[in-house]
Amino acid sequence: MSISQEFTKGLWKEIPPFRLVLGLCPTLAVTTAGENGLGMGLATTFVLVFSNLLISLLRNVIPNKVRIAAFIVVIASFVVIVELVMQAYVYPLYKVLGIFIPLIVVNCIILGRAEAFASKNKLLASIADGLGMGIGFTISLTVLASVRELIGNGTLFGAHVMWSSFQPFSIMLKPPGAFLCLGLILGFMNFVSARQKGH
Amino acid sequence: MSDYLLLLVSAIFVNNIILARYLGNCPFLGCSTRIDTAIGMAMSVVFVIVMASATTWLVEYCVLVPYELEYLETIAFILVIAALVQLVEMFLQKSIPALYQALGIYLPLITTNCAVLGVAILSIQEEYDFIQTLVFSFASSVGYGMALVVLTGIRERFAVSPIPVHLRGTSIGLITVGLLALAFMGFIGLV
Repeated sequence: MSISQEFTKGLWKEIPPFRLVLGLCPTLAVTTAGENGLGMGLATTFVLVFSNLLISLLRNVIPNKVRIAAFIVVIASFVVIVELVMQAYVYPLYKVLGIFIPLIVVNCIILGRAEAFASKNKLLASIADGLGMGIGFTISLTVLASVRELIGNGTLFGAHVMWSSFQPFSIMLKPPGAFLCLGLILGFMNFVSARQKGH
Repeated sequence: MSDYLLLLVSAIFVNNIILARYLGNCPFLGCSTRIDTAIGMAMSVVFVIVMASATTWLVEYCVLVPYELEYLETIAFILVIAALVQLVEMFLQKSIPALYQALGIYLPLITTNCAVLGVAILSIQEEYDFIQTLVFSFASSVGYGMALVVLTGIRERFAVSPIPVHLRGTSIGLITVGLLALAFMGFIGLV
Protein backbone atom coordinates (compact mmCIF):
# COMPACT_ATOMS: atom_id res chain seq x y z
CA MET A 1 0.00 0.00 0.00
CA SER A 2 1.17 3.53 -0.72
CA ILE A 3 1.75 6.15 1.97
CA SER A 4 -1.52 7.95 1.19
CA GLN A 5 -3.47 4.70 1.47
CA GLU A 6 -1.89 4.04 4.87
CA PHE A 7 -3.09 7.49 5.89
CA THR A 8 -6.65 7.27 4.55
CA LYS A 9 -7.46 3.79 5.87
CA GLY A 10 -7.67 5.29 9.36
CA LEU A 11 -10.30 7.76 8.21
CA TRP A 12 -13.01 5.35 7.07
CA LYS A 13 -12.12 1.75 6.33
CA GLU A 14 -10.53 1.03 9.72
CA ILE A 15 -11.63 4.14 11.61
CA PRO A 16 -11.10 3.68 15.35
CA PRO A 17 -13.06 3.12 17.52
CA PHE A 18 -16.06 2.51 15.26
CA ARG A 19 -14.48 -0.12 12.97
CA LEU A 20 -11.50 -1.10 15.09
CA VAL A 21 -13.40 -1.49 18.37
CA LEU A 22 -10.47 -0.58 20.62
CA GLY A 23 -9.84 2.23 23.07
CA LEU A 24 -13.43 2.38 24.27
CA CYS A 25 -12.79 3.79 27.75
CA PRO A 26 -11.66 7.30 26.73
CA THR A 27 -14.20 7.22 23.91
CA LEU A 28 -17.06 6.76 26.34
CA ALA A 29 -15.75 8.73 29.28
CA VAL A 30 -14.68 12.08 27.88
CA THR A 31 -17.27 12.59 25.15
CA THR A 32 -19.68 14.71 27.16
CA ALA A 33 -18.96 17.90 25.19
CA GLY A 34 -17.55 18.50 21.72
CA GLU A 35 -14.36 20.19 22.83
CA ASN A 36 -13.49 17.45 25.35
CA GLY A 37 -13.75 14.86 22.58
CA LEU A 38 -11.57 16.99 20.32
CA GLY A 39 -8.95 17.54 23.06
CA MET A 40 -8.74 13.86 23.92
CA GLY A 41 -8.49 12.96 20.23
CA LEU A 42 -5.62 15.39 19.63
CA ALA A 43 -3.72 14.20 22.71
CA THR A 44 -4.07 10.60 21.53
CA THR A 45 -3.02 11.56 17.98
CA PHE A 46 0.17 13.15 19.30
CA VAL A 47 1.10 10.05 21.27
CA LEU A 48 0.15 7.76 18.38
CA VAL A 49 2.26 9.60 15.78
CA PHE A 50 5.36 9.91 17.94
CA SER A 51 5.22 6.40 19.39
CA ASN A 52 4.80 4.99 15.87
CA LEU A 53 7.74 7.12 14.71
CA LEU A 54 10.08 6.00 17.48
CA ILE A 55 9.03 2.35 17.41
CA SER A 56 9.48 2.22 13.65
CA LEU A 57 13.00 3.64 14.04
CA LEU A 58 13.82 1.15 16.79
CA ARG A 59 12.12 -1.85 15.20
CA ASN A 60 15.40 -3.60 14.37
CA VAL A 61 16.94 -2.85 17.77
CA ILE A 62 14.17 -4.04 20.10
CA PRO A 63 14.51 -7.77 20.88
CA ASN A 64 11.38 -9.70 20.02
CA LYS A 65 10.87 -11.14 23.50
CA VAL A 66 10.66 -7.85 25.37
CA ARG A 67 8.96 -5.87 22.61
CA ILE A 68 5.67 -5.26 24.44
CA ALA A 69 7.45 -3.89 27.50
CA ALA A 70 9.63 -1.71 25.25
CA PHE A 71 6.57 -0.38 23.39
CA ILE A 72 4.88 0.45 26.69
CA VAL A 73 7.90 2.43 27.89
CA VAL A 74 8.00 4.42 24.64
CA ILE A 75 4.27 5.12 24.77
CA ALA A 76 4.33 6.01 28.47
CA SER A 77 7.14 8.53 27.90
CA PHE A 78 5.10 10.41 25.29
CA VAL A 79 2.03 10.26 27.51
CA VAL A 80 3.98 11.93 30.32
CA ILE A 81 5.02 14.68 27.88
CA VAL A 82 1.37 15.24 26.87
CA GLU A 83 0.31 15.20 30.52
CA LEU A 84 2.85 17.85 31.56
CA VAL A 85 2.20 20.06 28.50
CA MET A 86 -1.57 19.95 29.04
CA GLN A 87 -1.18 20.69 32.74
CA ALA A 88 0.88 23.75 31.87
CA TYR A 89 -1.07 25.22 28.94
CA VAL A 90 -4.67 23.92 28.91
CA TYR A 91 -5.35 23.40 32.61
CA PRO A 92 -9.22 23.43 32.42
CA LEU A 93 -9.17 20.66 29.78
CA TYR A 94 -6.58 18.77 31.84
CA LYS A 95 -8.96 18.91 34.80
CA VAL A 96 -11.94 17.66 32.78
CA LEU A 97 -10.08 14.75 31.14
CA GLY A 98 -8.53 13.88 34.53
CA ILE A 99 -7.56 10.24 34.94
CA PHE A 100 -8.04 9.51 31.23
CA ILE A 101 -4.86 11.37 30.26
CA PRO A 102 -2.50 8.95 32.08
CA LEU A 103 -4.74 6.15 30.83
CA ILE A 104 -3.74 6.95 27.21
CA VAL A 105 -0.84 4.57 28.03
CA VAL A 106 -3.20 1.61 28.06
CA ASN A 107 -5.30 2.76 25.10
CA CYS A 108 -5.29 -0.44 23.04
CA ILE A 109 -5.28 1.49 19.75
CA ILE A 110 -1.78 2.83 20.39
CA LEU A 111 -0.26 -0.47 21.51
CA GLY A 112 -2.21 -2.20 18.75
CA ARG A 113 -0.74 0.06 16.03
CA ALA A 114 2.76 -0.31 17.50
CA GLU A 115 2.49 -4.09 17.49
CA ALA A 116 0.57 -4.57 14.24
CA PHE A 117 2.10 -1.81 12.12
CA ALA A 118 5.01 0.32 13.34
CA SER A 119 7.14 -2.64 14.44
CA LYS A 120 6.99 -4.08 10.91
CA ASN A 121 6.98 -1.04 8.60
CA LYS A 122 9.23 1.78 7.43
CA LEU A 123 9.34 5.21 9.05
CA LEU A 124 7.15 7.23 6.65
CA ALA A 125 4.46 4.55 6.38
CA SER A 126 4.34 4.30 10.19
CA ILE A 127 3.96 8.04 10.61
CA ALA A 128 1.19 8.09 7.97
CA ASP A 129 -0.54 5.19 9.72
CA GLY A 130 -0.31 6.90 13.13
CA LEU A 131 -1.53 10.21 11.75
CA GLY A 132 -4.45 8.61 9.89
CA MET A 133 -5.54 6.53 12.87
CA GLY A 134 -5.15 9.51 15.19
CA ILE A 135 -7.21 11.82 12.99
CA GLY A 136 -9.82 9.09 12.55
CA PHE A 137 -9.99 8.69 16.34
CA THR A 138 -10.29 12.47 16.78
CA ILE A 139 -13.13 12.65 14.23
CA SER A 140 -14.97 9.75 15.91
CA LEU A 141 -14.64 11.27 19.36
CA THR A 142 -15.72 14.70 18.16
CA VAL A 143 -18.77 13.26 16.37
CA LEU A 144 -19.81 11.15 19.37
CA ALA A 145 -19.23 14.05 21.76
CA SER A 146 -21.18 16.48 19.57
CA VAL A 147 -24.17 14.11 19.35
CA ARG A 148 -24.18 13.63 23.12
CA GLU A 149 -23.75 17.34 23.79
CA LEU A 150 -26.50 18.24 21.32
CA ILE A 151 -29.08 15.84 22.75
CA GLY A 152 -27.94 15.98 26.36
CA ASN A 153 -27.44 19.70 26.72
CA GLY A 154 -28.91 21.32 23.59
CA THR A 155 -25.59 22.95 22.70
CA LEU A 156 -22.79 22.36 20.19
CA PHE A 157 -19.25 23.35 21.25
CA GLY A 158 -20.90 25.48 23.93
CA ALA A 159 -23.24 27.41 21.58
CA HIS A 160 -27.02 27.01 21.87
CA VAL A 161 -28.37 25.51 18.66
CA MET A 162 -31.63 23.79 19.61
CA TRP A 163 -35.01 25.59 19.62
CA SER A 164 -35.94 27.33 22.87
CA SER A 165 -38.60 24.87 24.06
CA PHE A 166 -36.19 21.91 23.65
CA GLN A 167 -35.87 19.85 26.84
CA PRO A 168 -32.36 18.33 27.04
CA PHE A 169 -32.14 14.58 27.72
CA SER A 170 -29.55 14.81 30.50
CA ILE A 171 -29.22 11.00 30.53
CA MET A 172 -27.13 11.34 27.33
CA LEU A 173 -24.36 12.96 29.37
CA LYS A 174 -24.38 10.10 31.89
CA PRO A 175 -22.84 6.60 31.41
CA PRO A 176 -25.99 4.90 30.04
CA GLY A 177 -26.26 7.54 27.30
CA ALA A 178 -22.62 7.02 26.35
CA PHE A 179 -23.03 3.28 25.87
CA LEU A 180 -26.38 3.61 24.04
CA CYS A 181 -25.09 6.34 21.74
CA LEU A 182 -21.92 4.44 20.78
CA GLY A 183 -23.93 1.23 20.26
CA LEU A 184 -26.35 2.99 17.92
CA ILE A 185 -23.53 4.70 15.98
CA LEU A 186 -21.84 1.29 15.47
CA GLY A 187 -25.16 -0.10 14.22
CA PHE A 188 -25.50 2.86 11.85
CA MET A 189 -21.95 2.29 10.50
CA ASN A 190 -22.82 -1.37 9.84
CA PHE A 191 -25.96 -0.24 8.03
CA VAL A 192 -24.03 2.23 5.85
CA SER A 193 -21.35 -0.27 4.88
CA ALA A 194 -23.96 -2.92 4.10
CA ARG A 195 -25.61 -0.36 1.78
CA GLN A 196 -22.27 0.40 0.10
CA LYS A 197 -21.79 -3.27 -0.66
CA GLY A 198 -25.30 -3.30 -2.10
CA HIS A 199 -27.04 -5.74 0.23
CA MET B 1 -15.37 -0.14 60.31
CA SER B 2 -18.49 1.44 58.83
CA ASP B 3 -16.19 3.61 56.69
CA TYR B 4 -14.78 0.51 55.05
CA LEU B 5 -18.25 -0.95 54.53
CA LEU B 6 -19.34 2.28 52.90
CA LEU B 7 -16.29 2.23 50.64
CA LEU B 8 -17.03 -1.38 49.74
CA VAL B 9 -20.68 -0.78 48.80
CA SER B 10 -19.90 2.45 46.99
CA ALA B 11 -17.14 0.89 44.85
CA ILE B 12 -19.15 -2.23 43.97
CA PHE B 13 -22.55 -0.74 43.23
CA VAL B 14 -22.69 3.05 43.15
CA ASN B 15 -19.42 3.87 41.41
CA ASN B 16 -19.14 0.57 39.57
CA ILE B 17 -15.87 0.66 37.73
CA ILE B 18 -17.35 -0.17 34.32
CA LEU B 19 -20.88 1.10 34.49
CA ALA B 20 -20.17 4.44 36.18
CA ARG B 21 -16.45 5.09 35.74
CA TYR B 22 -15.96 3.70 32.21
CA LEU B 23 -12.80 1.68 32.90
CA GLY B 24 -11.81 -1.63 31.33
CA ASN B 25 -14.36 -1.69 28.54
CA CYS B 26 -12.38 -3.51 25.84
CA PRO B 27 -11.94 -6.83 27.71
CA PHE B 28 -15.42 -6.29 29.15
CA LEU B 29 -16.95 -6.48 25.67
CA GLY B 30 -14.38 -8.95 24.34
CA CYS B 31 -14.65 -11.57 27.09
CA SER B 32 -18.39 -11.51 27.68
CA THR B 33 -19.65 -14.10 25.24
CA ARG B 34 -19.19 -17.30 27.27
CA ILE B 35 -19.85 -17.65 30.99
CA ASP B 36 -16.77 -19.79 31.84
CA THR B 37 -14.44 -17.33 30.09
CA ALA B 38 -16.11 -14.47 31.94
CA ILE B 39 -15.68 -16.13 35.34
CA GLY B 40 -11.99 -16.88 34.63
CA MET B 41 -11.41 -13.30 33.53
CA ALA B 42 -13.29 -11.90 36.54
CA MET B 43 -11.17 -13.92 38.98
CA SER B 44 -7.89 -12.90 37.36
CA VAL B 45 -8.98 -9.25 37.41
CA VAL B 46 -9.68 -9.37 41.16
CA PHE B 47 -6.32 -11.02 41.77
CA VAL B 48 -4.29 -8.61 39.63
CA ILE B 49 -6.07 -5.37 40.59
CA VAL B 50 -5.63 -5.97 44.35
CA MET B 51 -1.95 -6.92 43.97
CA ALA B 52 -1.23 -4.08 41.54
CA SER B 53 -2.90 -1.41 43.69
CA ALA B 54 -1.04 -2.57 46.80
CA THR B 55 2.30 -2.55 44.96
CA THR B 56 1.80 0.79 43.22
CA TRP B 57 0.70 2.35 46.54
CA LEU B 58 3.99 1.22 48.07
CA VAL B 59 5.94 2.47 45.04
CA GLU B 60 4.22 5.87 45.24
CA TYR B 61 4.77 6.45 48.96
CA CYS B 62 8.08 4.63 49.47
CA VAL B 63 9.90 5.66 46.29
CA LEU B 64 8.26 8.42 44.25
CA VAL B 65 7.16 10.80 47.01
CA PRO B 66 10.39 10.74 49.09
CA TYR B 67 12.47 11.43 45.98
CA GLU B 68 9.97 13.97 44.52
CA LEU B 69 9.46 11.96 41.36
CA GLU B 70 5.65 12.13 41.25
CA TYR B 71 5.70 13.21 37.61
CA LEU B 72 7.00 9.73 36.74
CA GLU B 73 3.86 8.16 38.25
CA THR B 74 2.39 7.01 34.92
CA ILE B 75 5.59 5.35 33.64
CA ALA B 76 6.44 3.81 37.01
CA PHE B 77 2.96 2.39 37.54
CA ILE B 78 2.61 0.81 34.11
CA LEU B 79 6.05 -0.77 34.40
CA VAL B 80 5.28 -2.11 37.86
CA ILE B 81 1.98 -3.53 36.61
CA ALA B 82 3.56 -5.13 33.53
CA ALA B 83 6.35 -6.67 35.62
CA LEU B 84 3.91 -7.82 38.28
CA VAL B 85 1.65 -9.54 35.78
CA GLN B 86 4.66 -11.32 34.29
CA LEU B 87 5.90 -12.41 37.74
CA VAL B 88 2.48 -13.63 38.83
CA GLU B 89 2.21 -15.63 35.63
CA MET B 90 5.61 -17.27 36.15
CA PHE B 91 4.92 -17.90 39.83
CA LEU B 92 1.57 -19.55 39.16
CA GLN B 93 3.00 -21.67 36.38
CA LYS B 94 5.71 -23.05 38.70
CA SER B 95 3.92 -23.41 42.00
CA ILE B 96 0.13 -23.55 41.52
CA PRO B 97 -0.39 -25.18 38.10
CA ALA B 98 -4.12 -25.72 38.71
CA LEU B 99 -4.72 -22.00 39.20
CA TYR B 100 -2.46 -21.24 36.24
CA GLN B 101 -4.61 -23.51 34.08
CA ALA B 102 -7.66 -21.55 35.10
CA LEU B 103 -6.28 -17.99 34.89
CA GLY B 104 -3.16 -18.32 32.72
CA ILE B 105 -4.50 -17.26 29.36
CA TYR B 106 -6.15 -14.12 30.75
CA LEU B 107 -3.10 -12.77 32.56
CA PRO B 108 -1.17 -11.26 29.60
CA LEU B 109 -4.34 -9.47 28.47
CA ILE B 110 -4.70 -7.78 31.83
CA THR B 111 -1.65 -5.51 31.47
CA THR B 112 -3.54 -3.40 28.95
CA ASN B 113 -6.80 -3.49 30.91
CA CYS B 114 -7.16 0.15 31.86
CA ALA B 115 -9.11 -0.82 34.98
CA VAL B 116 -5.83 -1.99 36.59
CA LEU B 117 -3.93 1.25 36.02
CA GLY B 118 -7.16 3.20 36.61
CA VAL B 119 -7.77 1.78 40.09
CA ALA B 120 -4.10 2.30 41.01
CA ILE B 121 -4.22 5.97 39.95
CA LEU B 122 -7.62 6.54 41.58
CA SER B 123 -6.36 5.20 44.94
CA ILE B 124 -3.53 7.75 44.83
CA GLN B 125 -5.79 10.61 43.69
CA GLU B 126 -8.31 9.94 46.46
CA GLU B 127 -5.41 9.87 48.94
CA TYR B 128 -6.45 6.54 50.45
CA ASP B 129 -4.22 4.95 53.12
CA PHE B 130 -2.92 1.43 52.61
CA ILE B 131 -5.92 -0.43 54.12
CA GLN B 132 -8.39 1.80 52.25
CA THR B 133 -6.50 1.10 49.03
CA LEU B 134 -6.81 -2.64 49.61
CA VAL B 135 -10.54 -2.38 50.35
CA PHE B 136 -11.16 -0.02 47.42
CA SER B 137 -9.25 -2.14 44.91
CA PHE B 138 -10.89 -5.35 46.10
CA ALA B 139 -14.38 -3.82 45.92
CA SER B 140 -13.76 -2.24 42.51
CA SER B 141 -12.54 -5.48 41.02
CA VAL B 142 -15.44 -7.43 42.51
CA GLY B 143 -17.76 -4.86 40.93
CA TYR B 144 -15.96 -5.41 37.63
CA GLY B 145 -16.32 -9.17 37.89
CA MET B 146 -19.98 -8.90 38.81
CA ALA B 147 -20.80 -6.62 35.88
CA LEU B 148 -18.85 -8.94 33.55
CA VAL B 149 -20.75 -12.05 34.68
CA VAL B 150 -24.13 -10.30 34.53
CA LEU B 151 -23.48 -9.01 30.99
CA THR B 152 -22.32 -12.45 29.85
CA GLY B 153 -25.49 -13.99 31.22
CA ILE B 154 -27.52 -11.57 29.11
CA ARG B 155 -25.35 -11.94 26.01
CA GLU B 156 -25.64 -15.73 26.05
CA ARG B 157 -29.37 -15.27 25.41
CA PHE B 158 -28.65 -13.28 22.24
CA ALA B 159 -28.02 -16.52 20.36
CA VAL B 160 -31.75 -17.22 20.43
CA SER B 161 -33.00 -13.64 20.13
CA PRO B 162 -34.16 -11.94 16.92
CA ILE B 163 -31.69 -9.02 16.82
CA PRO B 164 -31.76 -6.60 13.85
CA VAL B 165 -28.96 -7.60 11.42
CA HIS B 166 -27.03 -4.32 11.58
CA LEU B 167 -27.01 -4.20 15.38
CA ARG B 168 -25.46 -7.66 15.85
CA GLY B 169 -22.13 -8.05 17.64
CA THR B 170 -20.52 -5.21 19.54
CA SER B 171 -23.34 -2.80 18.76
CA ILE B 172 -26.07 -4.68 20.66
CA GLY B 173 -23.49 -5.46 23.38
CA LEU B 174 -22.96 -1.74 23.97
CA ILE B 175 -26.69 -1.03 24.00
CA THR B 176 -27.14 -3.79 26.60
CA VAL B 177 -24.37 -2.29 28.74
CA GLY B 178 -26.19 1.05 28.44
CA LEU B 179 -29.39 -0.46 29.83
CA LEU B 180 -27.39 -2.20 32.57
CA ALA B 181 -25.78 1.13 33.48
CA LEU B 182 -29.25 2.68 33.61
CA ALA B 183 -30.32 -0.01 36.08
CA PHE B 184 -27.21 0.58 38.19
CA MET B 185 -27.99 4.30 38.39
CA GLY B 186 -30.74 3.21 40.76
CA PHE B 187 -28.03 2.55 43.38
CA ILE B 188 -27.00 6.22 43.44
CA GLY B 189 -29.16 7.02 46.47
CA LEU B 190 -27.66 4.12 48.42
CA VAL B 191 -24.56 5.81 49.86
